[in-house]
Amino acid sequence: MMTSEKITFYIDEIECTATQGQSILEAADENGVYIPRLCHQPDLLPGGSCRVCTVSANGRNQAACTTPVANDMIIENGSEEILDLRRAVIEMLFIEGNHYCPMCERSGNCELQAIAYRLKILAPRFPFMFPSRKLDATHPGIFIDGNRCIQCGRCVRAAQQIDKKPILGFIGRGGAVRIKASSTEGLKGVDISPDDACVKACPVGAIIVKDTAYRKPIGERMFDKQPIGSEIEARRTS
Amino acid sequence: MSEFVTRIREKSLKKVVIDPVTRVEGHGKVTIIIDEEGRVERTRLHIVEFRGFERFIQGRPYWEAPVVVQRLCGICPVSHHLAAAKAMDVVVGVGPDGGLSATAEKMRRLMHYGQMLQSHALHFYHLCSPDLLFGFESDVSKRNVLAVAAEYPEIAKQGILLRRYGQEIIRATAGKRIHGTGAIPGGINRHLSKEERDGFLTDIDQMIEWAGAAVELVKKVHSQNPDFFDSFGSFPSNHLSLVRKDGALDFYHGNIRAVDADGLKIYDQVDYKDYLDYIGEEVRNWSYMKFPFIRKLGKKNGWYRVGPLARLNTCDFVPSPLAQKQFEIFRAYTGGKPNNCTLHYHWARMIEMLHSAEVIKELLSDDDLSSGELIRRGQRVGEGVGLIEAPRGTLFHHYRVNGDDQIEMCNLIVSTTNNNDPMNKAVHRVAQDCLTGKEITDGLLNNVEVAIRAYDPCLSCATHALGQMPLEVKLTDREGNVISARRKGSRA
Repeated sequence: MMTSEKITFYIDEIECTATQGQSILEAADENGVYIPRLCHQPDLLPGGSCRVCTVSANGRNQAACTTPVANDMIIENGSEEILDLRRAVIEMLFIEGNHYCPMCERSGNCELQAIAYRLKILAPRFPFMFPSRKLDATHPGIFIDGNRCIQCGRCVRAAQQIDKKPILGFIGRGGAVRIKASSTEGLKGVDISPDDACVKACPVGAIIVKDTAYRKPIGERMFDKQPIGSEIEARRTS
Repeated sequence: MSEFVTRIREKSLKKVVIDPVTRVEGHGKVTIIIDEEGRVERTRLHIVEFRGFERFIQGRPYWEAPVVVQRLCGICPVSHHLAAAKAMDVVVGVGPDGGLSATAEKMRRLMHYGQMLQSHALHFYHLCSPDLLFGFESDVSKRNVLAVAAEYPEIAKQGILLRRYGQEIIRATAGKRIHGTGAIPGGINRHLSKEERDGFLTDIDQMIEWAGAAVELVKKVHSQNPDFFDSFGSFPSNHLSLVRKDGALDFYHGNIRAVDADGLKIYDQVDYKDYLDYIGEEVRNWSYMKFPFIRKLGKKNGWYRVGPLARLNTCDFVPSPLAQKQFEIFRAYTGGKPNNCTLHYHWARMIEMLHSAEVIKELLSDDDLSSGELIRRGQRVGEGVGLIEAPRGTLFHHYRVNGDDQIEMCNLIVSTTNNNDPMNKAVHRVAQDCLTGKEITDGLLNNVEVAIRAYDPCLSCATHALGQMPLEVKLTDREGNVISARRKGSRA
């Protein structure tokens, strides 16, 4: 049973406090320590699927978003080993989709791109797979571009948990898993609007509100001025 | 196998290859076939790159076009960015004549004239000044911009700073010096801040002075050997460009005008949305670059030149005072008739650079840049054509968009493509004049490159198409007998 008892733990030798029952990621956020993440969104139940938030907790690699923090836990977040593992995960996301940042309308506002910049990834170590992915442009206001989808599932959980309408889901298995609208007509056949949480949940350029592209000038986009996670780290310095 | 190829194999003909052609954008090669008596029999400028923009833009949402297609080029991406944006303006129901807000049109013009300034400066100072200052057949170690910087530091400095000024204008209007996102269908995404505007105004008079000096420099080089300069790679041709409704030179918008070698108008004030009725494209099996032609004159005689020389031959006047004075001298040199001298492209280009600097000054003092409406929307339609005068000539963008906002068809006629035939003719003329009966040296071959360079070709832009060109692969035995052949056809 969850209690409000305060516990102490350490991230990269920084002493932090947390409430019993919090995940490592939630506790780290509260203490102003940024752990990169893609499938996690604070107002959704943890997905634990992207593994970008992997940390070493008491010597074992764990997803920070699904692992409860424990008293005296020793967490490695910035070790070279962990950083390299995260880079490998991000690089795999890049090579298994078709992510053309130079021309993507989400460039500068994309969490995948921002984490790659933060982790100083210059080029992936794996060969590009150049998969054939589909676009669903059938809806007048929204489209899904499978090329840029990282299958984080934030849209699926947001549709279920916040919008309360299961209009998006996964199809396929393993490496072939894809996001799809729950209608044989595609997006045109579901009740979706630009204001829905499932549309706003997309961390990359996979779910896009039509005809809003490139409205924010370069220099004023979300990650133009400071790297992703800076707002979390600001809690520590303030 | 043709008799021609047999003669090459039997070594009765000699083949000289310049590969790659240097100090141009993109990759090309020249082959020159010389017979037993040292006469030039055949020349060809081959474009050896293979790209696919017209195909892989299909299926993408229409608003991506200005950002995707500009990746054709790193030298004048603004031209592709704006031509695609103009086409997509039509698609979102904001036509080219007065549809955009004043702010959007002026910001785009500023971006474009900034690009004209930087691209012309790059071509003249960085790529061509070694030929003009040291001589076409000078030592190869001197034929580069570093040698210019060593011997003519002031000229090199002016070139670099003029280019930087243009690049900074692009950054302030598009967000980045190369491949920005400023223009979006129906408008622009930013204003110019007053601080940036004041910074540009501080330096603009200096830029105008240097651009004026560049025109004088070309005239000085010309005066040292006018007969050679006038005849080098020259031939009569048709000329085509956009002109404003009143006949003025305008790089951003206008209607199509084409004139023949004597200045008689072939087309005038043609609305460019109907360009397909007036311009055809021919494909030949030895180049990845298409050969456009004026339909009225047919494939054989309809080829034409575009770019600075063509623009100054088609327009009636230049709407800025200093450039207009230089334009009058330029036109008077050929008695008011079109100037058909290939090397005079440099002269025309520098007059245009001066004009660009003057227009930038005029635009910078306009308050519409720093406030006002950015984006407009009208009645959505399924097709849009956008033309613009890019640094290298008239650029055509044409898109069809389906009801789901996806691009179904894209056709691009890129500036350098228009100059395909003229460049081949210039190569042939220079090869005949300079190489016939001589021992081929590196310096002599540079003459051929000088002729190509005058057109400022961007070969990477010009080979944007995939799936339309005939591609022929032949497997032959040692005697040249064809064992197997596969051919992919052409629709042109």
